[in-house]
Amino acid sequence: MGSLRLAATLLLLGSPALAQSYGVGRTPSQDEIRALDISISPTGEELPMGRGTAKEGATLFQQKGCAGCHGKAGAGAMAPELQSNKGQDLPVWERGRGKSGWMILPLTAPYATIVWDYINRGMPLGKEGSLKPDEVYALTAYLLFVNKVIPEDQVLDKESLPKIKMPIGDDYGRLPDWKHGTPRLQGYNH
Amino acid sequence: MTSCAEWTGVLLSTLLKECGLKSSAKWFVAEGAEEVKGASSMPIAKAMDDCIIAYGMNGEAVRPQNGYPLRLMVPGFEGIFHTKWLRRIKIVDRYYMNYNDYGHLEKSEKEAALAFQIGPKSVITKPSGGQQLPGKGFYEISGLAWSGGGAIKSVEVSTDGGKKWNRAEIKATPQRMAHTRFGYGWNWDGNETEILSRCTDEIGQVQPTREQVAKYWNVPFDRSYRVPGLDNSVMPWKIARDGSVTNGLA
Repeated sequence: MGSLRLAATLLLLGSPALAQSYGVGRTPSQDEIRALDISISPTGEELPMGRGTAKEGATLFQQKGCAGCHGKAGAGAMAPELQSNKGQDLPVWERGRGKSGWMILPLTAPYATIVWDYINRGMPLGKEGSLKPDEVYALTAYLLFVNKVIPEDQVLDKESLPKIKMPIGDDYGRLPDWKHGTPRLQGYNH
Repeated sequence: MTSCAEWTGVLLSTLLKECGLKSSAKWFVAEGAEEVKGASSMPIAKAMDDCIIAYGMNGEAVRPQNGYPLRLMVPGFEGIFHTKWLRRIKIVDRYYMNYNDYGHLEKSEKEAALAFQIGPKSVITKPSGGQQLPGKGFYEISGLAWSGGGAIKSVEVSTDGGKKWNRAEIKATPQRMAHTRFGYGWNWDGNETEILSRCTDEIGQVQPTREQVAKYWNVPFDRSYRVPGLDNSVMPWKIARDGSVTNGLA
């Protein structure tokens, strides 16, 4: 038995698939990581320095062409609506759905960081990535203000943005743990 | 829309082990290099299971429109997670709720659970919508089946609108999360009917009818019913007496 176990150990050590280090690549520098790191977490730890208010955002919304696709105050045009015109007393999932069926991002996002991340990555269409951090903070503030999430004079920066309490609160589905070889939803065999 | 190709690459788990993955890693964010740098959060368990960083597709370099030079393949997950023009993978300890993730936001936890893995699905490709049967007689009904849960185990075909189900022939060894071709010999008597297929995968998931899905979710069923998640319901093709084949749901 002892020699059999020894043989098995040797086989494991000799197997190239186990515990092998290829030793390729190198560790990137903090600056290299920083330059690529545009994914903003709910804690906002990756947010850059900068600041903006709704008033500045209102001007930028016209200047940067946002209004051209989303409508003058974020509604009534081709692109998804950004402002709800439904009653404040309705549940978020109801007043947060635009006429086109799209969810209104600055109203239904569970974290304000998502609004910042979305604008920073994806807008304006055709000039993505061209907005400066101050402009993204200001546009985020404007869209949160028109949806009555924050007051008009609130300054948004990397400290205040992640602290905003979004109206959806906890009212959204969390994802279950994914496990190999199991149905996507327990009890739903389809 | 569905597609299936042979992908060649390096297991993501190999790369992550090489980087010294920590036990606090719970999620990863994959980001593409296109204009919006679309990003998706995915569970680290999937990364360590079977994801690959692909450089080859069907025996050649991944083409630009398919994600050259590198594309993340996430077998069995919805297409949007298969990140093209992969620019970065970020290992994190929480769900990041970035760009693409927000698009998957659902009110109910149960509906949110359908967002990653696709359910068992099959479709008859011949005869199917827009095709024409020249007349009564023998035909081989042929189609494709696949599942995000694993390999296809069996496929059944009905030629009488779902009253009787017959075992179809699987044409080659079914591969996990890959298209599997099936066939079923059928003698059409020239009368109007509906043909359908349904599949079962290796973990026992069965492709449902739209009515079955509505029943599970406890929603009254009508023609406008929308199947939650990617629609993996049974697809009926209607065959008219003149041999024309049309969408049975229309």
